[in-house]
Amino acid sequence: MRIKPEEVDYIAALSRLVLSDQEKNMYARHLSEILEHAERLSELDTDDVEPTAHVLPLKNVFRDDQVKPSLERDILLSNAPEVENGCFKVPRIVE
Amino acid sequence: MEVQTLIGLEVHAELATESKMFCSCSTEFGAEPNTHCCPICTGMPGVLPMPNKKAIEYAVKAGLALNCDISEFSKMDRKNYYYPDLPKAYQISQYDLPLCTGGYVDIETEDGPKRIRIRRVHMEEDAGKLLHEGWGNNSLVDYNRAGVPLIEIVTEPDMNSPAEAGAFLDKLKAILQYIEVSDCKMEEGSLRCDVNINARADDKSMATAITEMKNLNSFKAAVKAMEYEEKRHREALLEGDPTVHETRRWDDARSVTVAMRSKEEAHDYRYFPEPDLVPIALDKSYIKSIRENLPELPDQRYQRFISQYGLPQYDAGILTSSKYLADYFEQCMTIYDNAKTVSNWLMGDVLRALNENGKDPSDIPFPPAYLVDLIKYVDDGTISISIAKKVFDEMFANGTDPGAIIKEQGLVQISDEGELLGVIRQVIQENAPSVADYKAGKKKALGYLVGQAMKLTKGKANPQLLNKLLERELN
Amino acid sequence: MELYRLTAHEAYEKLKKREVSARELAQSVIKHIEDVEQSIGAYIHLDFDAALKQADDVDRHIDEGHEVPLLGGLPIAIKDNMCTEGIATTCASRMLADFVPPYDATVVRRLKERQAVVLGKLNMDEFAMGSSTETSAFKKTKNPWDTDRVPGGSSGGSAAAVAADEAFFTLGSDTGGSIRQPASLCGVVGMKPTYGAVSRYGLVAFASSLDQIGPLTKDVKDCAMVLNAIVGHDPYDATSVSRSYPDYTSALIDDVKGIKIGVPKEFFGQGINEEVKSAVTKAIELFKEMGADYEETSLPYTDHALSAYYLIASAEASSNLGRYDGVKYGYRAAQYDDMIDMYKKTRSEGFGSEVKRRIMLGTYALSSGYYDAYYLKALKVRTLITRDFQRAFEKYDVLVVPTSPTTAFKIGERLDNPMEMYLSDVCTVPVNIAGLPAISIPCGLDGRGLPIGLQIIGKAFDEETILRVAYAFESNTPYHNQKPSER
Ligand SMILES: [Mg+2]
Ligand SMILES: [Zn+2]
Repeated sequence: MRIKPEEVDYIAALSRLVLSDQEKNMYARHLSEILEHAERLSELDTDDVEPTAHVLPLKNVFRDDQVKPSLERDILLSNAPEVENGCFKVPRIVE
Repeated sequence: MEVQTLIGLEVHAELATESKMFCSCSTEFGAEPNTHCCPICTGMPGVLPMPNKKAIEYAVKAGLALNCDISEFSKMDRKNYYYPDLPKAYQISQYDLPLCTGGYVDIETEDGPKRIRIRRVHMEEDAGKLLHEGWGNNSLVDYNRAGVPLIEIVTEPDMNSPAEAGAFLDKLKAILQYIEVSDCKMEEGSLRCDVNINARADDKSMATAITEMKNLNSFKAAVKAMEYEEKRHREALLEGDPTVHETRRWDDARSVTVAMRSKEEAHDYRYFPEPDLVPIALDKSYIKSIRENLPELPDQRYQRFISQYGLPQYDAGILTSSKYLADYFEQCMTIYDNAKTVSNWLMGDVLRALNENGKDPSDIPFPPAYLVDLIKYVDDGTISISIAKKVFDEMFANGTDPGAIIKEQGLVQISDEGELLGVIRQVIQENAPSVADYKAGKKKALGYLVGQAMKLTKGKANPQLLNKLLERELN
Repeated sequence: MELYRLTAHEAYEKLKKREVSARELAQSVIKHIEDVEQSIGAYIHLDFDAALKQADDVDRHIDEGHEVPLLGGLPIAIKDNMCTEGIATTCASRMLADFVPPYDATVVRRLKERQAVVLGKLNMDEFAMGSSTETSAFKKTKNPWDTDRVPGGSSGGSAAAVAADEAFFTLGSDTGGSIRQPASLCGVVGMKPTYGAVSRYGLVAFASSLDQIGPLTKDVKDCAMVLNAIVGHDPYDATSVSRSYPDYTSALIDDVKGIKIGVPKEFFGQGINEEVKSAVTKAIELFKEMGADYEETSLPYTDHALSAYYLIASAEASSNLGRYDGVKYGYRAAQYDDMIDMYKKTRSEGFGSEVKRRIMLGTYALSSGYYDAYYLKALKVRTLITRDFQRAFEKYDVLVVPTSPTTAFKIGERLDNPMEMYLSDVCTVPVNIAGLPAISIPCGLDGRGLPIGLQIIGKAFDEETILRVAYAFESNTPYHNQKPSER
């Protein structure tokens, strides 16, 4: 397998996910299969090929520096799981 | 072993646009939490960024003022990490194709002028603000600042002491203010600085690992933190113990740096091209027109202050270190012609008072005309220089017109010979032992007698006249 | 005939001529939904009262002497990954089960401006990740042709609703085939427009450089009409293209004489069902009879498109889905120790297993040490695939290929085998990679009576030629009139 359960652990941590052992094994198997399939890309010679991040030939799309009204705070916060004092509330962060 | 300190800086400056980088919310400082927010700057599902043209222009302007090459082709990238102040879990930034590269800033050091190289200047968006204090086991998030446009200025590790780094920061701040792309108010977080520091043997045989210090929010704190770390690194190197690479935080209250809690895993920002934005391709004529419209920069103004006003280099350096101070000086010079006198007041009392009050030259509480009036009152003998200092303190405290202060408090100088003679005679009468000392050759006693006369006149006696008359009376 | 059976353009004509009222149209569709939705499960959210109120507004507007705008008064529905102000937009995810956007997606705003009557929101694969609508956190949508089978995905609700006459048309989104593949499996028309033709503002992002919104309709004319309503530059989407967009209905000519059709052989290889191959080949022969020229051609990098697609789409998704962290909106875990723990539990409980799989695949492809081998490599292969198409379009007006390698498969059949599921998109992903427009139209039924889809791919921003070819095919074949209930 290309991806070992320990690697799945690392990827999950980087993705902010926790997985059960069973899930870890399943994802290790699935990711390995997918990457194995993707491995065939390495057979292609792409040394002189530019990557395409955008298919569009667009450039320089900007807006003017103009202030428009913001969203009303009650509406902004209306979907928040926890709110206090006009702010989004989260567990305390210690540096 | 000879040891060298190596310091590189990453400075984030908020750009002075009206609206945010990717949405139309206001960038104004000090609003109620989360009132300058919309679905875009809080990363709600489905919304898209639309870049602010002015932010690009300001970044190009900054790049040019810092002697950078402006890239004709540039793009935005995503920097992915999780933190509650980052609403999309990625910051739109620039990775491999920054807007500006390869510039420099010249600074003055003890050993003469020195060139600090700028590696790159790139654009990115600011994060929100976390409020930690007073909410028990919680922190609160305010996204007003999220999405405010920033430039990040990255230097080469060309500074060899905290003092040099301090000089660089002062100069950088002056440049950004001169070109009016950032108000550089550290207390509002519009200028922040990360420090990379290590120590290396002169022969390069050994070096400590680089320590990063994040988000230092005043230049003073930055310099103090660098001094602390410099010592730590030098000692480590001399003991043959290369410091472990780590991120540290400056604890201003205790004047020490402390290691930040180690993150769960090493940072892996997974940069990739921002698919929601298209590339930036600036044509030469656009760059040229910005270059041609750059205002006078600190170095140019410094030279002009010397040649136009005949100021000493030292004065020109200090006055031009702040755009506000230099502007203030030049406004004084439109109504007064003695440059050195104005310079002395600005470099002396004005800067001292600003410093003592933790203020910036932009905060001088009275107009240039008031300072010139004050100087003129001294020139024409209306008040003595020592009274002028008192008047100045009053002006600084209340922003009042000096004429009004002098009038209200009756501070006009006594230059009437008859009135002064009366005072002198009283002093001679009441201080016989000192008079005797003086006559016995103790010239120092004269000073005491002048002081007594000043006391009687509440400092208003014309000092030159008082001296002359007292000596005449004693002899 | 019952009103709900009409096409959108037929219903609109009746409304315009005042033969029916908007309320009557809405009532007919609502009544039919009440009859069939139980067995189809196309909708996540339905609001009949709101729909009737909108219909009444349209009728009042007509009574006041105004002309009803094109598509006005027609009951329609929207895939649940397009934001609707005041109506939950869930992406069929537990993560967004309670999310009510305070804004409309640009496409939704455009349809509202035309006074379309919004019935509700449609089921889909969670965050549009899937090819069967089985990854929805809420329900499984059944294929109206055989309720033991999937409707395809991710816009399975959008396709099933149109096939079952539960809406006159719907909107779907297509990242790797998510409009065309379900359209094919459900026997309806589905189009993915050129990347940049339709605003993505308000479409909850899956893979930003690939996502595009498009119509699912009962016939090609409806498709052109809906396209007219949704295309156009949007100042809120930097990737939306500012150009003049034609009236697509004027492209509907029953004539393909002189049209040059390319038939890339890579789309007829291994893994493509024989019945599908033969239906598509028959269609191509028909085009020839109608006066078009066709020629076999080759797009040699096609075989690599699927891998490139899964790397690019997952990489972008891993970043786009970072924002679901329990801070600003959406699900938050009930129990956690600290901030990082809250993030992890929220995301692990809020996302389903396919979404997690793609997030991890994408995170891996972007992570240091693997970026060059996977993500960057995929972007380079994207260049090669795009060049393949450019070369082909120097010679041909359109390319004609199958939409899906198979007809509708059984519910559960591929759910535990992601690679097999991913292969469902093998004929559609190359189009997204190159940002091109393509349509899927019905071209026959297989031996089980399940619909087969024909895919017509065009040049960038040449939706007109695609529509013309599709319209000509439709005008000379009976397939679009076949209904699941009558087979
Ligand atoms: Mg930065
Ligand atoms: Zn905003």
